[in-house]
Amino acid sequence: MFNTILLALGITLMYSTPLALAAQGSVMSEASGVVNVGIEGMMTVGAFFGALIGERTGNPWFGFLCGGLAGAVFGLIHAFASVTCRADQTVTGIAMNLVGPGVSLFLCRLFYNGGVQSEPVKNKIPNIFSKNVLKGAASNLNVSWTTLIALLAAIVIWYIFYHTTWGLHIRAVGEHPAAADTLGVNVYKVRYICVIMSGFLAGLGGASMTLSVVSQFSPTAISGQGFIAIAAVIFGKWTPQGGYLAALLFGFFTALVVLLGGTAIPIEILSMLPYIFTIVILVLFVGKAAAPKANGKPYIKGTR
Amino acid sequence: MESKVRKALRNPFALTIIAIILGFIIAMFILAVAGFPPFKSVGILIKGMLGTPKDFTAVIIKSTPIIFTGLGVAFAMKTGLFNIGGEGQYMVGCIAAVAIGSWLDFPAPLQIIFTVLAAVLASALYAGLVGLLKAKKGIHEVISSIMLNWIALYLNNWFTNTNFYHKPNTMGSYPVRESAYTMILPQWKRSEAGLAVLRNNKFLLQVLGRNDVNVGFIVAIAASVLVTWILTRTRKGFELRAVGSNIHAARYTGIDVEKNMIQSMMISGALCGLGAAFYITGQQPHLLNTLSSSENIGFNGLSVAFIAQNSPIGCIFAGLLFGGLLYGGATLQSQLGAPTEIINIIIGVIVFLVALSILIPRFLDTHTKKEKPQEVTAKEKEKKKGAGNV
Repeated sequence: MFNTILLALGITLMYSTPLALAAQGSVMSEASGVVNVGIEGMMTVGAFFGALIGERTGNPWFGFLCGGLAGAVFGLIHAFASVTCRADQTVTGIAMNLVGPGVSLFLCRLFYNGGVQSEPVKNKIPNIFSKNVLKGAASNLNVSWTTLIALLAAIVIWYIFYHTTWGLHIRAVGEHPAAADTLGVNVYKVRYICVIMSGFLAGLGGASMTLSVVSQFSPTAISGQGFIAIAAVIFGKWTPQGGYLAALLFGFFTALVVLLGGTAIPIEILSMLPYIFTIVILVLFVGKAAAPKANGKPYIKGTR
Repeated sequence: MESKVRKALRNPFALTIIAIILGFIIAMFILAVAGFPPFKSVGILIKGMLGTPKDFTAVIIKSTPIIFTGLGVAFAMKTGLFNIGGEGQYMVGCIAAVAIGSWLDFPAPLQIIFTVLAAVLASALYAGLVGLLKAKKGIHEVISSIMLNWIALYLNNWFTNTNFYHKPNTMGSYPVRESAYTMILPQWKRSEAGLAVLRNNKFLLQVLGRNDVNVGFIVAIAASVLVTWILTRTRKGFELRAVGSNIHAARYTGIDVEKNMIQSMMISGALCGLGAAFYITGQQPHLLNTLSSSENIGFNGLSVAFIAQNSPIGCIFAGLLFGGLLYGGATLQSQLGAPTEIINIIIGVIVFLVALSILIPRFLDTHTKKEKPQEVTAKEKEKKKGAGNV
């Protein structure tokens, strides 16, 4: 029994890592008032470049960083469209979801002889403890460094949001950009930084998928994780801590599916459970969504 | 007077065309960098779409489902709802069509009616659930739709593998009965008399003989006209749009906002369901397959609606463009070895540029000489609009 609990905990932490990182990205962008439905596309480029660079250089950490940077480039494009051009953020986000996987698979076919899967990386991102430190059931808790990074990201962003002037600026820009502007906050700059960071974190999330959960890029490596990260953020009411806990919850549901697999319940029905649970929890406990007030609205200097 | 160029740059249709052309140019650039001949590639792509009557017919057939999902998304958008759940609604429609169409056994017109109705009803209810959750519990439609998309995917796999519907030794279900087929003249074109006629007429042979030509596209056109009519000419349409443009004002004038949300989602879902119905009854293989990830018919509908800027009639053309590129992309890969994913890049760039195209009229407004009176008015309008937005 104790073993099962530890196993469940280990699987939960493993599967929640990409989600948690991407969810932090989504929180950053949305808190500053820019809707980012392009998380899915940014995760996919992160997953691809992470796997590609990790495989070519043999250095997973460098791959991880490059995955984040690839996501950040897409974040920059999204920021330009939504902040400078004041385009419809949902539409440009969906465009990211087309271009991101498009570019990833296009390059994948070029680098890997027409295949849609990358070669497996030789070195995955290591686990926190070396092999023999944790023995027996406890070894389930020997999670990847990326899991710790995801937790740290959530803590750092939570601290920034609620305990620094910077965080106050971000939240002010997301709730009432005109008021923030009159106080001398550069609305455009704050939004640019937040959206680029959002792409960076989503890219890291994608790269953590291909460098620590599985070990190669494939078209189904991300498929839908980005949308679940967005759902996690709405679930967590647009807060860093809420987003992280919601990602853990999704990871836990995935662990349940893994653990209950092979029992009498058909696997297809089991696989549905995380999504059904989410809706049920929303209905019973969470209730009305409370998005940042200026979320999705472009800011035009000089307007109220 | 504004010059003709300036006028053209204010026209959303002209801007969309420019976005499409730029999308192709950027794709050619990417192809060139990747080492493929850019002009030849685009030539093959376009020839793959329009080269023969057979190709063009195939494009229409391929486009039909995404025109329907595009219509569904556009309808919801017009009423202020973001229906990212077209994917799941479409899948549930397919499941219902197969459930009824392979189980019941009626003569043709009845079987078709039951099958199509089942799909439409299932999709409408599935989407209605999203509307209900939003109206009664305030749950964001995006989160519930995303969850329901996944549930639909696994529902599809579960259904396909039930003893009753699973066809042994395959990955799929039983197909719907032939009496549910909605192809045009399916028996005639394989009969002696039909073949004799087709052999003498190359055009008809290409159009009818080589494809699953079905009535779906005609229904799609009818549906887009109907949607336009509902939105612009009926009381209900006005109510739905009122809720979409200002929920508080709508409530204040006595419109039942919650009811309208649910209805809007149901109509949006029903449109996706129509797409599913005519896919299952009108195209090979007429059955469900076990899927490892979703087939993106609903997500492609999002792009279609965005390129069409939510115009129902525009969805037909945007859908044809998308379907055509998907179809031509396969030719590009088989003939040149260029990755077919270039199509997603083209579509993504087009969607992105269409979203940016609103910049141009605004740019024109701020960069015109002030002594011209009508441009000053335009500038003021923009200012007022901007103020209203915040």
